[in-house]
Amino acid sequence: MRVFAVAEHRRGELNPISIELLNLANSIKGDGTSEAIVIGSDVSAYAEELAKYADKVWKIEDESLAEYNPELYVDVLMQLFSKEKPDIVLVGNTAMGSEFAPYLASKLNAPVVTDAVGVDVSNGIKVSRYIFQGKLMVDVLLREADTYVITIRQGVFKEEQEASGGIVDAGIKPSVTPSRQFVGFVEPEVGEVDISQADIIVSVGRGIEDASNIELAEELASLLGGVVAGSRPVIDNGWLPKDRQVGISGKTVKPKLYLALGISGAFQHIMGMKDSELIIAVNKDPEAPIFGVAHYGVVGDIFEIVPELVEKLREAKG
Amino acid sequence: MKIIVLAKHAADPESEIHVGSDGKSVDERGLIFDINDWDRYAIEEAIRLKEAHGGEVVVVGVGSKCEDTLRKCLAMGADRAIKIPVDTGLDSYQTAEVVKEAIKDENFDLILTGLMSQDYNNALTGIILAGMLNIPFATAVTEIKVEDGRIAAKRELEGGLSEEVTLPVPCLLTIQSGINEPRYVSIMGIKRAKTKELREVSVSPATKSLEVEKMYLPPVKKADMITGSADEVAEKLIEIFKERGLL
Ligand SMILES: Cc1cc2nc3c(=O)[nH]c(=O)nc-3n(C[C@H](O)[C@H](O)[C@H](O)COP(=O)(O)OP(=O)(O)OC[C@H]3O[C@@H](n4cnc5c(N)ncnc54)[C@H](O)[C@@H]3O)c2cc1C
Ligand SMILES: Nc1ncnc2c1ncn2[C@@H]1O[C@H](COP(=O)(O)O)[C@@H](O)[C@H]1O
Repeated sequence: MRVFAVAEHRRGELNPISIELLNLANSIKGDGTSEAIVIGSDVSAYAEELAKYADKVWKIEDESLAEYNPELYVDVLMQLFSKEKPDIVLVGNTAMGSEFAPYLASKLNAPVVTDAVGVDVSNGIKVSRYIFQGKLMVDVLLREADTYVITIRQGVFKEEQEASGGIVDAGIKPSVTPSRQFVGFVEPEVGEVDISQADIIVSVGRGIEDASNIELAEELASLLGGVVAGSRPVIDNGWLPKDRQVGISGKTVKPKLYLALGISGAFQHIMGMKDSELIIAVNKDPEAPIFGVAHYGVVGDIFEIVPELVEKLREAKG
Repeated sequence: MKIIVLAKHAADPESEIHVGSDGKSVDERGLIFDINDWDRYAIEEAIRLKEAHGGEVVVVGVGSKCEDTLRKCLAMGADRAIKIPVDTGLDSYQTAEVVKEAIKDENFDLILTGLMSQDYNNALTGIILAGMLNIPFATAVTEIKVEDGRIAAKRELEGGLSEEVTLPVPCLLTIQSGINEPRYVSIMGIKRAKTKELREVSVSPATKSLEVEKMYLPPVKKADMITGSADEVAEKLIEIFKERGLL
């Protein structure tokens, strides 16, 4: 099989997902090839890195490709694929990849699955993924087609398989003027507290129920000498400022203690805190996925456990 | 501005989830359905755009039981609703296909969808629809401004970073949570919604793009569980903090 992987880079850095896509490509290609595609204005350095893990690297370079644009990406990919027929196209399930891949699929009339954590090609194309925000898994069998498009969850295919491929300039230029224009990047706002520097984080999720209950977490954090952070819904609801958000679209933290209170443990949250030294989760749902990453877990109500903990810590401190 | 919003009547991932007896579906008993969380933000954004720039908001739902969600959107302020009574399950291609057919005579400027459905988490339907309609699009949008006939949208990337892009109309945007504060449904709104048009359009999708083979609980490594009364749990937690030199 010819398995293509579309590499991702932003602001001069190759996203490690690019290598993970190639790891997967190498493990499913069989007698075929793993082929990386890298698109940009000057991609030589990325191509060299990718060549260590791919049988072939396709460069697509043009001034107009300096910043990612889904219309241009799909245009140049369609040009390449009209000559080089892929069996499977792998794309990172990132802000970039999850945007253009389904559009590409619709143009290729290809079955598409997002956020895959397993791809089995032994008997048709079977893909495993999470549904219900991590609470359930599903295996789907894709309709028979010439090409399949699959976006891949980050951090799953980490086992590297060295290869040594040649780098080829595809000689492709965009054939359209995009209607969507890139204006610029917008940097995150910087607040007073940098949670990524904190040793102790008391993190609250939707289970905290209301802005007025944040106080409880603040109290616990101050007794522990830590700071309060939260999951996305807590920030979306305006209960904590944006710079306190932990997760893929917030901050990555690695404190000595991460206390997760009423957080279910969706993948996008876990990506931001899984490397914490000690993770303790309190959740009333014994099946909550957060217990899959926590070192210690408590099945219980945060409104019973946290006040008790606060009281005992006060006593201990005298 | 004429805006089409897709709103899914979707199972809440926080409700009770069990695999059905066929091993391929979710047991509907125990599931709580409501408007898909991301679509709440999308419908709110559409209504705000209409309030600021005039026009019409048409909400579209796919599913034999999607009426409650459509009524909710009407009560929030959508002008009319289209119900497509087919159950496309996990297959976003099919969902996009029937929506495309149902809206073909609507002369829309903008389509808003949620970033993803809270049950199946595909994040596909909107983008595939944009592909089928051949219109520009942007995903994970957290801010929309209308400027000189173009749409300026902020889209969320990773780690708090965003990018700003502009698009012509017609275009399609998928909405990320937190873009606004969705309004509550008022009694007045519910009353008014009763008189609004809710039209059924029957279309069936042509082909399946996938087949569910199996649904199952994810294998998880479990944390060490601390049990006991709240008092005992607190006691044990403090011991752990002490052991780790955290106190
Ligand atoms: C592109 C994208 C980016 C995202 N980025 C992020 C991100 O950066 N960070 C992030 O966090 N999320 C992010 N999300 C959202 C993520 O998918 C989840 O929706 C979110 O993490 C859920 O937050 P939660 O666990 O607080 O809420 P829920 O999933 O609603 O969980 C609440 C939990 O609280 C428990 N609970 C309720 N009451 C109590 C109580 N009294 N005592 C104990 N437990 C209780 C419940 O059992 C439940 O497990 C992103 C999503 C997408 C699609
Ligand atoms: N059955 C449906 N009815 C209405 N809208 C839907 C339906 N399924 C998906 N959508 C829309 O498409 C978005 C993405 O869904 P999905 O591709 O399933 O993740 C949702 O947020 C909705 O706006």
